[in-house]
Amino acid sequence: MMDSAPAVKAVAANGNDAPLVELKNVNKYFGSVHVLKDIDLVVRRGEVVVVIGPSGGGKSTLCRTINRLESIDEGTILIDGQPLPIEGKALARLRSEVGMVFQSFNLFAHKTILQNVTLGPTKVLKLSKAQAKEEAMRLLERVGIAHQAEKYPAQLSGGQQQRVAIARALAMHPKVMLFDEPTSALDPEMIKEVLDVMTDLAREGMTMVVVTHEMGFARNAANRIVFIADGQIVEENTPEEFFTNAQSERAKDFLSKILVH
Amino acid sequence: MDWNNFYDKLLNFGPFLEHSNEIWSGFLATIRLSAMAAVLALVLGTLLAAMRVSPVSVMRATATMYVNTLRNTPLTLILLFCGLGLRDTLGFMAQAAPTVSGYWLAVAGLSAYTAAFVCETLRSGINTVPIGQAEAARSVGLPFSQSLRLVILPQAFRAVIAPLGSVLIAMIKNTSVALVAGYFEATATMKQLFDDVGATVPLFFGFAIGYMILTLPTGLLFGWLAKRMAVTR
Repeated sequence: MMDSAPAVKAVAANGNDAPLVELKNVNKYFGSVHVLKDIDLVVRRGEVVVVIGPSGGGKSTLCRTINRLESIDEGTILIDGQPLPIEGKALARLRSEVGMVFQSFNLFAHKTILQNVTLGPTKVLKLSKAQAKEEAMRLLERVGIAHQAEKYPAQLSGGQQQRVAIARALAMHPKVMLFDEPTSALDPEMIKEVLDVMTDLAREGMTMVVVTHEMGFARNAANRIVFIADGQIVEENTPEEFFTNAQSERAKDFLSKILVH
Repeated sequence: MDWNNFYDKLLNFGPFLEHSNEIWSGFLATIRLSAMAAVLALVLGTLLAAMRVSPVSVMRATATMYVNTLRNTPLTLILLFCGLGLRDTLGFMAQAAPTVSGYWLAVAGLSAYTAAFVCETLRSGINTVPIGQAEAARSVGLPFSQSLRLVILPQAFRAVIAPLGSVLIAMIKNTSVALVAGYFEATATMKQLFDDVGATVPLFFGFAIGYMILTLPTGLLFGWLAKRMAVTR
């Protein structure tokens, strides 16, 4: 994984610099709790942004606002230049362009692995069954689950389920992929297989927003680290700078707690 | 004690055997009513459940009002309304033959009533589906209607197969008041026989067992289906 880092960064350097995801002055409240405070964030095409920070700091909420699984109270969110629709068909269409991977996988429990991957393409992209299946098998091959295509989610390990979830999101040909703590529910030995898939994706130039506690992944695959605490972006920097020379006290404190072990 | 009378009322299976044809056609009528009402109640109940969880507040309010009204009105009253109100007063299906109008009015009343219970059962099933399933469906780009139809409802149904069986069993037994809507089924047949040949215990038990022959397999079938279709998480 270490030697892949330069390749990852080269992609971003060569990539189109147009902003793909833009959050402007985003504020959100849960009741009286101010969970996102004046968030300004730009994710460029091909960029891998890793969001880290203490629990309860707003990382997941931020990630979920980008495809409007969480509504926002103030500010604007643009995806590829278009404001995020409030609801209805337009929102559904936009969501189909934003891939989402959840902490708890959320594979459709009553459908087989293959059906999980083909559901979106057949119903939303209107691909034929055969086309969708062919592509799904190619994606499952890529994440190493093709031989389990006829099984149900509960029959797979957590790591396998999460790789299927990534394939399901990729099947929609998303412009950007959101990962909301994708390895937090996994046993240690399964974390690597998921991170490997994610690292490959990053290397291929996929635009990614990743909320994670995996500092190794953050260091190796990220173009930029966004450190969030108490609902605010406290610091934004390259991984090298952030991990070796954090500027804010809050980030230094956070890093001192997680990097000692 | 009059032993002849005792024998006549308790152990004489004569009337039961002599009138087996009428009894059979009575239960056939019960089955016809149950089958049609079950299908319509499941369809209408599903529609109502979908409305009750929809993002449109008018739909939610309409379905809630429907459920609260129908669920809290005695079935006999509803069926009476179908017969007296819809047909006799408002003239609905007044031209049809009494056997035909009786059937459809009983179907209407019974399925409208049962749909309220199907709706509430299904809604409790929807509550068993983890929120992540809906979020995943939305993230893939499915609009609300498809999320519900393709992801949420299939799992909700599987979670409530056994309780839906109870609802249907209750419905089968509820057909026994269909006479008030003008439909002649098993219980009406029994009452008629009691009037014609006298009330005997074997006759009564015959009808009671007849209902069990309909309801027990229903319970077994739904119990079996519930196990077979259960979603493993």
